[in-house]
Amino acid sequence: MTGFPWLTLLIILPLAGAITVFAVKERFVRLTALAVAVADLLISLPLWWLFDTSSGEMQFVESARWIPSLSINYRLGLDGISLPLILMTTVLMPLCILISWHSIERRIRSFMAMLLIMESAMIGVFCALDFVLFYVFWEAMLIPMYLLIGIWGGPNRLYATIKFLLYTLAGSVLLLVAILVLYFQGGHTFDIPQLSQGTYSNSLQFWLFLAFFAAFAVKVPMFPFHTWLPDAHVEAPTAGSVILASVLLKMGTYGFLRFSLPMLPDASQLFTPVMVGLSIVAIIYGAYMALAQADLKKLIAYSSVSHMGFVTLGLFMFNIQGIEGAVMQMVNHGITTGGLFLCVGMIYERTHSRQIADNIGLTKPMPRYATFLVIFALSSLGLPGTNSFVGEFMILAGTFLWSKIAAALASLGIILAAAYLLWMVQRVAFGVPDPHILPKLRDVNLREMITVVPLVVLIFVIGIFPNPILTRMHPSVEKVIARVFPPAAEHASVMPRLIPFTPSVERITSPTGPTFSQETQTTSEGRP
Amino acid sequence: MMTFSPADLFLILPELLIVTAACIILVLDPVLRASDKDGLVWLSLGTLAVCMGLTASQMNTSAAIFSGLVVIDAYGAFWKLLFYFVTGLTILLSHPYLKEERLYFGEYYGFVLLALSGMMVMVSSVDLLTLYLGTELMSLSLYVMVGLKRSEPRSLEASAKYFVLGAFSSGILLYGISLLYGATGSTRLPEIAAAISGRNLDDPLLLFATILLAVGFGFKLAVVPFHMWTPDVYQGAPTSVTAFMAVAAKAASFGAFLRVFIEGLGGLKANWSAMFLVLCLATLILGNILALVQTNVKRMLAYSSIAHAGYALIGVVATGHIGNSSGIASVLLYLSLYAFMTFGAFAIVAMLRKGGIEGEDIDDFTGLAKRHPVAALLMLIFMVSLAGIPPTAGFIGKLYVFMSAVEAGLPWLAAVALIFAVISAYYYLRLVMVMYMREPSDLSSTSPRMVMSPALSIVLACAVAGVVIFGIYPNPLVNFAMQAVSALK
Repeated sequence: MTGFPWLTLLIILPLAGAITVFAVKERFVRLTALAVAVADLLISLPLWWLFDTSSGEMQFVESARWIPSLSINYRLGLDGISLPLILMTTVLMPLCILISWHSIERRIRSFMAMLLIMESAMIGVFCALDFVLFYVFWEAMLIPMYLLIGIWGGPNRLYATIKFLLYTLAGSVLLLVAILVLYFQGGHTFDIPQLSQGTYSNSLQFWLFLAFFAAFAVKVPMFPFHTWLPDAHVEAPTAGSVILASVLLKMGTYGFLRFSLPMLPDASQLFTPVMVGLSIVAIIYGAYMALAQADLKKLIAYSSVSHMGFVTLGLFMFNIQGIEGAVMQMVNHGITTGGLFLCVGMIYERTHSRQIADNIGLTKPMPRYATFLVIFALSSLGLPGTNSFVGEFMILAGTFLWSKIAAALASLGIILAAAYLLWMVQRVAFGVPDPHILPKLRDVNLREMITVVPLVVLIFVIGIFPNPILTRMHPSVEKVIARVFPPAAEHASVMPRLIPFTPSVERITSPTGPTFSQETQTTSEGRP
Repeated sequence: MMTFSPADLFLILPELLIVTAACIILVLDPVLRASDKDGLVWLSLGTLAVCMGLTASQMNTSAAIFSGLVVIDAYGAFWKLLFYFVTGLTILLSHPYLKEERLYFGEYYGFVLLALSGMMVMVSSVDLLTLYLGTELMSLSLYVMVGLKRSEPRSLEASAKYFVLGAFSSGILLYGISLLYGATGSTRLPEIAAAISGRNLDDPLLLFATILLAVGFGFKLAVVPFHMWTPDVYQGAPTSVTAFMAVAAKAASFGAFLRVFIEGLGGLKANWSAMFLVLCLATLILGNILALVQTNVKRMLAYSSIAHAGYALIGVVATGHIGNSSGIASVLLYLSLYAFMTFGAFAIVAMLRKGGIEGEDIDDFTGLAKRHPVAALLMLIFMVSLAGIPPTAGFIGKLYVFMSAVEAGLPWLAAVALIFAVISAYYYLRLVMVMYMREPSDLSSTSPRMVMSPALSIVLACAVAGVVIFGIYPNPLVNFAMQAVSALK
């Protein structure tokens, strides 16, 4: 661990960049923004290797007094759960800037400034160790996103953006009350690791869980709080959709994992049936809705609802497979869905339509584009060898330990995902193109290649070698699970998490591996 | 037994200076040529600067003067510094605005200073009659200022309405004072507190006096259901006067109100906190809901200022429940942070008054981001802050207030208030939407180019600096508020 303020630098740099874009000449605005985002990526990369994989504690911790009268501190830190999410954010931001290179013409300075402010706030959310600081970052991104959709969005943008804002704001104000209550119950501190050690009465946990749920469930979004998402996605500019789907939604599941589970373990267990039920409904409902969509962005938006259902399902399994799978899936969904939205953005730039019916048969005129689309779609439906397979498989394995019926129902989502994605690919890639649009269909250029290739590489790298991510998150996830099932109350026969699940590709991919034999033993004995 | 020492005069030197300056302005105004009248602005600002220094030096004094009618303490100093600041901004804002409105009254600045001196008396008096005099001095000056646009019926209507209701509420306040005198035998807050401490708290006379005082102050604070005058008066008054009223007059009323209810009626906490809880809820709910349907920005800001009084009242209710000073400190903090954002918002409205455009209707803000990007950005910051979204001063204010509510065991009150904060975000951000997401119409693109005069730039710079700096680093203000509250007995 070094004393270098990595995280502060990561947060400050985009903010400084957001001011700089107003100072440079008009034609350098895009380049400046890109340079800042790439610099941020380069700063974040060393963290991956400097990170101590054996520790579940917070690393790179920075601490300074902020508002001493309320003991609010400026405290930042990383653990194995936030590290992959921060890297995902820094990888995606340059791509968001690249995809907006020509598609955004009006007020380019403000646009880039908004993207960079968002980046600061998103990184801040993932590494804040003080609850008020977390809340400040969490809320601070609302206004940039509101403007991003409202100024540069589609025809129905005003409705979509205020709906987004009011939904998320309404959810998060209850979070603030919960934070303040925790402050007084948890020993007059806003320190997140310290609050995660406290014990709170059952009735308090019950109410706090509901308040947390309001904030995080809207953000994820869980069924039935998802209705803002398709509207926001459809109206947002491409970069906005990518940020929304890839990072903002993860903040909700990150919130469950970072706060609800360790701070309110008893209430989390109490609410598990509800959470699982809502997750499964989201998985199936989202997938069904996706089947019916004629608009590509809406289709992907509903697929997000479905995929995020897997993540919340995995989180509330409280076993190592479920939670690690959920974190994996958070990263994977960011990469894959981000890639799908980038693809939609590219085709929209050419045909000015997001309707499937208007974009048929792109393989002939745009072979490279079609290749990327197919890769992202296959990754999204969880083809083995791609990233999503790892995450979904782990989540389903974790669910299987908890309930076979739940796992079976959730698996339906994968089948439906194959249906709506392959059907979409069949039409968009392999249909008979409309001769009128053919002249518009230039294949992807170099800038667009640069935009999507990093994600394609990540899809296969994570799909084939998920271990680096898993080993980094393993100690942190174990810590969370130890909070839900304290080691003192350990009982060998009822604890699925006791399965020695050393993350390794062989075990995940081979159906006859040790995981499965032990899993059967455990489930046969059931859970309390 | 009345004793008088010349040293007392030194302690009220700021008040004396302000009144003297006001009198000089009133005398000089008729004899000065129109081109020299800018000198009056400089005179007012200079006096404020001197007084600011004097009051700042009194931060650590604690002295009861004029045989206990007035105290000079940190609590009074906190409010006075806030008043100087807001008055200075008001004068700077008024200078270009009054020219635009073609209102050339030199005595305007005299009235501003007289109102200021009234406010200063209000927050430093510990005798109810002195306090009443201060209230009247402030109110009478404001009645005149509200009706300054003599040619406009709306302004006259506002003035008349304000006068009638103001006089009415002063009567109620006075009635409350007399009943309290009857119940306790004194008009001095320390003696009232001493008399109450040995009494049966359910004494109907005492309770009735408390209720009348609360109603009297309720009018001045514009809390529901005593808010009826606010929208009409705020809309009808010249915008610079509206800003002054919404910020300084409200703060002064809160300053006096807190001193009376904490220092004098602190023993009745259990009784009045329940009453203010009801007022607080009614204010939050009605203020925010009525603001939703306004199409005039000044009216919308009027309802928003009502709603903000409701947020500040949360701190008062919390103090009644727990009895420590953090609730009161949060009120002080809230109102001083509120001053920056509300004044800034009114300054932008005043700036839009240009040529034939009134700049008050929400449609006048259409496409402001294109027409004047800086003004639009500033308005965006003020609106976000009023909605209480971090990292702005509005969030810090709400954080402290809600913290005191939760500490007092009223998390549900914080939750209700926050849900209404979401509703308020709708109407604040509607203005942002109009500015940023609608294209300027033909009419507004042909309208005169807006310029930010140097005076207005200073006002806006001060306001936005307050909103942003205290939103990120509120510590100096927090410590100041805590020091002020610790002076309250």
